[in-house]
Amino acid sequence: MLLNASGCLDALTAPEVARSLDAFVTKTVTPLPRDGNPPVRIAEAEVGMLNSIGLANPGIDRFLTGNLPRLAKLEIPIWVSVGGFAAEEYAEICSRLDDHAEVAAIELNVSCPNVESPSESAARIVASARLATRKPLWAKLSAAVPDIGAVACAACEAGADGLSLVNTLRGLTLDARTLRPSLAPAVGGLSGPALKPVALAAVYACYQATSMPIVGMGGVQTGRDVLDFVAAGARHVALGTALFADPDAPSRVRADVAVELDARGYSDLDDVHATAHPELLSIRTTTNGKYLLK
Amino acid sequence: MRRERLSVVASERVGPYTLLRVTRGGLDPGIPGQFFMLEAPGRLLPRPMSVCLAPPGELAFLIDPIGPGTRALCGLEGGDRLAILGPLGNGFQLDVERPLLVGGGIGIAPLPYLSEALGRPPAVLGFRSDWHAEAAGLVPDAEVCVEPRLVTELVDPDAAILACGPEPMLEAVRALAPAAQLAWEAPMACGYGACYGCAVELDGALKRLCVEGPVLCS
Repeated sequence: MLLNASGCLDALTAPEVARSLDAFVTKTVTPLPRDGNPPVRIAEAEVGMLNSIGLANPGIDRFLTGNLPRLAKLEIPIWVSVGGFAAEEYAEICSRLDDHAEVAAIELNVSCPNVESPSESAARIVASARLATRKPLWAKLSAAVPDIGAVACAACEAGADGLSLVNTLRGLTLDARTLRPSLAPAVGGLSGPALKPVALAAVYACYQATSMPIVGMGGVQTGRDVLDFVAAGARHVALGTALFADPDAPSRVRADVAVELDARGYSDLDDVHATAHPELLSIRTTTNGKYLLK
Repeated sequence: MRRERLSVVASERVGPYTLLRVTRGGLDPGIPGQFFMLEAPGRLLPRPMSVCLAPPGELAFLIDPIGPGTRALCGLEGGDRLAILGPLGNGFQLDVERPLLVGGGIGIAPLPYLSEALGRPPAVLGFRSDWHAEAAGLVPDAEVCVEPRLVTELVDPDAAILACGPEPMLEAVRALAPAAQLAWEAPMACGYGACYGCAVELDGALKRLCVEGPVLCS
């Protein structure tokens, strides 16, 4: 599946772009409405960009009454990205989404670099959310940890169904003239091509540690990027910054994937999956749709 | 909203600015004040530019080379190709009595196209230097002032004002004429409501300039 990275598309202002994806991931929804951070909120870096939007969103009440019914009319699967500042807040939102059939999956944003982090661990948040919903739960992790494979294992044991890898990394750019931070909050989240090797390493490590289904993202611009993420272990791939520069990126990347597969003699992306892990391919088995290593 | 790869027809120097003329392809030039996202060679993100002129078969953008993206755009030559997305955002309302165009610096960019649409109404333009003021030649019937004189000294507050320029100029125009239509600017990654990067405070709330603006009636 080709998705958008959360926060990189508004399906209500650009429905035709959302429809060109296999599923739409919402901007992160929090318990209360948030205006987000003051401007300046974005800056271009050498091979990426910084953002510090600060989880601007209408809050779960207005999301459920205003946004979700309109999103449902797009008739593509809707993944809701959920954020909070404590495990109970994640659980509360998950519980309120649980009865909405139009919500295909929930992504737990436990790693936004632009707001204060929840004090609990990713695993504790996943465990709380797991008790609150039967929906598929995807934990969106940051690569800015010493051992992302260990975080992935903990999220898996806490009941996550999959992983979204990776969130942006904290970065800083300075104004060329004043040498002061370009962004009002100074530091923002780095996305774009600069993030790709970091994201690939995270996908590789988490696949090796858990074999969980993974949505890979971070600097995907071309068909070759998609092949790289799938080869590293991702089942799905999301476009982020590429959508900003080109709303036609989904169809362009799909066409590009077909060319790249053909050039290598593959018939589809399943042929590429996890080829970066030759040592695992021979011992992998599946049980109930989840991959197990042993 | 449509994205096409178009060819540069010519790149002309106008004082410190560059008038980048490209083939129009199948793009609609839109309403004056609307903008396009221009792919900047070698850069990750496109740059927002309002239409300066829209002669048959062409679109022209007036660009100030102030950073790596705008410098790359100003370095394009005839025959080079670039992707252009648009038209985007909300333009000026054109059904006004006794219009007066007010522009400052590179903010005059949308005024030539706007002037054509309104039947060449009077304009007042302010610039930093005589060199910058060479761009005034693009706007018909323009009265020009150069710093330290400020363009607001030339503004008739009883006219229907349509203005574009630096933020302090727009604030000063708004103070003189609260009903003025003002075209604002903000850093933008996408131009179509996806990135939330261009948020500005409107009526006490942060809103996206690309979809709520860039022209706002104060």
